Amino acid sequence: MAPRRAIRSTLSVAADSVRFVSDSGDGALISARKLTKTFGGFTAVDGIDFAVQPGEAFGFLGPNGAGKSSTMKMIGCVSPATDGELRLFGLDPATHGPQIRARLGVVPQRDTLDEELTVEENLWIYGRYFGLSRREVRARSAELLEFAQLTERAGSKVEPLSGGMKRRLTIARSLINRPEILLLDEPTTGLDPQARHVLWDRLFRLKRQGVTLVITTHYMDEAEQLCDRLVVMDHGTIVAEGSPRSLITDYSTREVLELRFDTDDHGHHADALAGIGQRLEVLPDRLLVYADDGDEAAAAVHARGVEPLSALVRRSSLEDVFLHLTGRTLVD
Amino acid sequence: MAVLPPDRTRIRARTPARARHWRPVFGAWMTAYRRTWKGSIASRFLSPLLFLLSMGLGLGSLVDRSAGGVGGVPYLQYVVPGILAAQAMWVSVGESTYQVLGAIRWDMKYHAMLATPIGVRDILVGHITYVGAQIAGATTIFMAVSAAFGAFPSWWVLLCLPVTVLVGLAFTVPIFAFSAKQESDGGFNILFRFVITPLFLFSGTFFPIEQLPAVLRPVAWLTPLWHGVDANRELALGSPDFARVGLHVLFLLAFVAVGAWLAQRTFRARLVV
Repeated sequence: MAPRRAIRSTLSVAADSVRFVSDSGDGALISARKLTKTFGGFTAVDGIDFAVQPGEAFGFLGPNGAGKSSTMKMIGCVSPATDGELRLFGLDPATHGPQIRARLGVVPQRDTLDEELTVEENLWIYGRYFGLSRREVRARSAELLEFAQLTERAGSKVEPLSGGMKRRLTIARSLINRPEILLLDEPTTGLDPQARHVLWDRLFRLKRQGVTLVITTHYMDEAEQLCDRLVVMDHGTIVAEGSPRSLITDYSTREVLELRFDTDDHGHHADALAGIGQRLEVLPDRLLVYADDGDEAAAAVHARGVEPLSALVRRSSLEDVFLHLTGRTLVD
Repeated sequence: MAVLPPDRTRIRARTPARARHWRPVFGAWMTAYRRTWKGSIASRFLSPLLFLLSMGLGLGSLVDRSAGGVGGVPYLQYVVPGILAAQAMWVSVGESTYQVLGAIRWDMKYHAMLATPIGVRDILVGHITYVGAQIAGATTIFMAVSAAFGAFPSWWVLLCLPVTVLVGLAFTVPIFAFSAKQESDGGFNILFRFVITPLFLFSGTFFPIEQLPAVLRPVAWLTPLWHGVDANRELALGSPDFARVGLHVLFLLAFVAVGAWLAQRTFRARLVV
């Protein structure tokens, strides 16, 4: 048994989160084996295996329709698995749904706030769902509004708030039960860059406090920013797994040369570039030359007398990993 | 057996027993109601006033003058117990259609609840209890206003309150099941036009169902509204036939029970996928 932790700091919004060892064998907070979800004849999640360790930020990266949200709903114990095995805290969602949900925080893809109510009323009613006393809910709400930088808006109705504020409120709400695991389904989709950065900052803080984060996203930058480890999903299966860094090392080159030509079909220029770099990808709007040294590849292109409209050297990203694994870009 | 982390025991102790999980759901609906209660209360007063003036006094004086009331009973006293039941039906329909579909589809209130220890049954019990409270409130106001107009000759009328709430629930619970089946609000128009409005007109609210063509009378017997209207009238006019009232109540309870079974099924099918 893990020793009882020291008195928690009053600032810590997720103080109940603990790094303990559950009985699922390898110490994982969440473990899935052959996890499957079908809807009628359609297989959304096709027998995936994964494990999330305590304190980790774990990501599901993949395009829309890859099965990320279906997986997330099964983890959130609101959607029963069709087949396979899923355990959270060593418990089975099929038999211990309410007990597990009492220890989860959920940030759904679409805000489910009550827009007619005020910011703080949203927290109050939500806290009551977890059986917290009115007094406790009020105390925690004040703390969480501070955390979500919404204290000044505590008494305003939710409806006119900006998208970023609503998202922060949803996150604050998900923390009212001091969850050990926070599930975030596409947390920053639809937000402007500034709002995304504010949100990432808040999530970093939670992570530092030891909350285990499980995130789905189709943004590579988000996955790179937030996730210690991630799985790449496509068509309901996991096609790769690792840290953002190791995935790039394993599946891509160090650098990428992006070439744009004045043409409707970039495929026409591919032949002229054969042999440069390690690999070439043709996209509708550009050519990608994968090479460990992008500048060297650019010089080689130039030496062949090929003249693109623009040439840009950048480091490889998870987008390249995904492109390599599936032949498609993440966001169309 | 699962080892729960020691820090959680404190939280678990605060988690209420499963049987009481519907209370925060009821509380959430009440919190939302507090935003609109003024308009709602005003219309709850206005509606009986309009009915009493037009049906009870306007039409009533005509009926009383030309036919000596209905079976010797002044029309006002005849019609008000019926309208009481009918109003419960209207309140019930108003609270059990758009709000239910909205909580499933639009603002996803139910989904927010299901992410917590709250379950489908808690959602149903909490929300239906809230609608029941609305019906009880509307009925109380209606009865108070009607009493001021001298619509009730007997104290037995007080029993109309629970009976009328039951009438409302006999609509609410099956309509919850119906609403959870809808993809859009189109089905509600059909419900209003082809079910609720005919029931309102032909369930003995305004005239005895004996006036209906013989083939239609059994139809009225199958609707919860007629049972409510007849039970209310028995009670409100004094010297009630309790066997008759009891049968009506049993019928209404059966509607609630079957509705609950259906609602549980449709809610699960819709929310747990």
